[in-house]
Amino acid sequence: MSVVKTITSSQERKRGWSISLAPDLLPVEVPPPFDVPPLSVEVLQKMYHVMLLIRRVEEYLLDAASEGRIGGAMHTAIGMEANAVGAAFATRPDDYVTCTYRGHHHAIARGLDPGQVIAEVLGKASGCARGKGGSMHMVDPEHGLMGTNGVVAAQVPHAAGMALAARMRGEDRIALTFFGDGAIYQGVMHETFNIAAKWKLPVIFYMENNKYSEMTPIWRTSAIEDLYTFPKVYGIESIRINGNDVEIVHAAVSWAAERARSGEGPTFIEAITYRLAGHMAGDLETYRTPEEREHQRQADPLLVLRQKLLDRNVTEEALARIEEAVAQDLARAVEFAETSPWPDIAEAYTDVFHL
Amino acid sequence: MAVKTNLEAVRDTLAELMERDPSILIMGEDVGPRGGVFQATRGLFDRFGPDRVIDTPLAELSIIGVGIGLALHGFRPICEIQFADFIFPAFNQILNEAARYRYRSNGAWSVPMIIRAPYGGGVSGGLYHSQSVEAFFTHIPGLYVLAPSTPYDIVGLLRTAAQAPDPVLFFEHKRLYNLVKGEVPETYYEIPIGEADIKREGSDLTVISYGLTLHEAIKAADQLATEEGIQAEVIDLRTLKPLDMDTIFASVEKTGKVLIVHEDNLTGGWGAEIAARIAEQMFEWLDAPVMRLAGPDVPAVPYAPPLERWFMPLADKIKAKMRELAEY
Repeated sequence: MSVVKTITSSQERKRGWSISLAPDLLPVEVPPPFDVPPLSVEVLQKMYHVMLLIRRVEEYLLDAASEGRIGGAMHTAIGMEANAVGAAFATRPDDYVTCTYRGHHHAIARGLDPGQVIAEVLGKASGCARGKGGSMHMVDPEHGLMGTNGVVAAQVPHAAGMALAARMRGEDRIALTFFGDGAIYQGVMHETFNIAAKWKLPVIFYMENNKYSEMTPIWRTSAIEDLYTFPKVYGIESIRINGNDVEIVHAAVSWAAERARSGEGPTFIEAITYRLAGHMAGDLETYRTPEEREHQRQADPLLVLRQKLLDRNVTEEALARIEEAVAQDLARAVEFAETSPWPDIAEAYTDVFHL
Repeated sequence: MAVKTNLEAVRDTLAELMERDPSILIMGEDVGPRGGVFQATRGLFDRFGPDRVIDTPLAELSIIGVGIGLALHGFRPICEIQFADFIFPAFNQILNEAARYRYRSNGAWSVPMIIRAPYGGGVSGGLYHSQSVEAFFTHIPGLYVLAPSTPYDIVGLLRTAAQAPDPVLFFEHKRLYNLVKGEVPETYYEIPIGEADIKREGSDLTVISYGLTLHEAIKAADQLATEEGIQAEVIDLRTLKPLDMDTIFASVEKTGKVLIVHEDNLTGGWGAEIAARIAEQMFEWLDAPVMRLAGPDVPAVPYAPPLERWFMPLADKIKAKMRELAEY
């Protein structure tokens, strides 16, 4: 089981990308501070189902966007699914989650019905936010999803607050907050690090480092590449993992959750991953080369997991059955969303106080 | 005459300013090789290099804070806030620092910077990519607040803003970037800060607006003239602060009826200040109450297409309000 260690050359830096996930360059292993026990094939197959469903939902959404059926900016997490699914399987339904505008994968991984996800992105009345929010504003309090957020790092302090509340109420719930590499330099991130560390809050900071802050490679704006070293300075246990391997993600988050629940305080996880689609639907991706993207496809978390299952004697037929079930899930979700009505105008004034 | 879109007007003028004034820098998120999310800085990185077109971290507070430092020491940064909705982390630096440096240093220092921010709805942007935030800033003494809405005005005001001795907030309506085309003279010109422009002459009532609603108001006025013979005068504020009250008062003298239209929500919107000034100083000239049409007081522009349409004060709603005012 490998934990990614970054390698960089000035040559790569000049070309605009500094890390490779592809197996031939998955290099130095450093021992993780946690065990990565192999998960049962039953669990791994469930994870494969959810990850593939996320992928198919987002592919459908990209198609819908290219047909002009989705307005505004829609950000997909294609290539980053293992982070959401590994973390969701390692936490409890009553734990709290906040995340970024790139949040479809977290919503589905937490258990939000994919029909409601699609409906929200289409702006339908049956969407999880009844059409008010759209792609960037998934919400599902039932599964602890306290909101995906359109503003970089805005969701991070909320996790600390919820973690503090849980502890003050004597509950053993924890809070998990997802953000990208680009969020690391927002001031509120660092303010929250200190508070979480000083108060030993049961919170997990989970960075999905896909190497691009929106549409600019992180090396262009960051003096250091080892982003997981920041929280160490604040006294937070901090690790870097391969975010494309769902088993490693699951192990890391399980370990961090156990630390949080037992009063050991916050953990920061920098998960190296890669966004295989554009920053948003319609992104021309002029800031990276197609070769780079194709190279990274070798480390597609779905391929990694599929191979893992085959290696553990799951048959092609069994995988095909999962893939067929996912196709049916998608068809149901699309049918639900597309046949749902638009929200009534009166909806605009619901949940508004003090006009 | 060249015909340009609002976006081209911004981009070409930025290039022209950088060419002419080596103290001008551009800073912001994705402004470098990517050319900005709206492509307002496309080509500038290749032309002027990474020292003058600077990709910043996703951290608005430091974009503005560092910009202030540059401005205090001989540079004129043009800071881009990717969406006006993201400006709030930088609010303290704008309000407490940029706007007050001159005052607190007995005039020794000033902050000659431009903060460009695309604002406004009508693009299915949802809650955090559609806001009109101007009223937060028009409230602050010490800032110029501009919101030009045509290519001609963008070019002329951006040139002037780049010579202003104090901080300028330069709001660009993102829906208009590629929607509006207009002629821009080849010969050099400037437009003074603080001058409104009468975009359509009329004698029956006055409509005051800026941004997307300005263009919608002109459309509504044209329709109303054709259909019902009502002649509305449409004033484009261009500069929100300082307000050009002379142009407004002259029009009110002529028509006696005023409608103020903006997309920013009603309560505490900039229209409230304009209405108050008219009521205070033009009471005897008025033949009707000053009316306002604005975005509804809901916490954000909702995403779903029918809800966003409901939110936006576009031509149909403006026309109905103009008719109501004309009939008063």
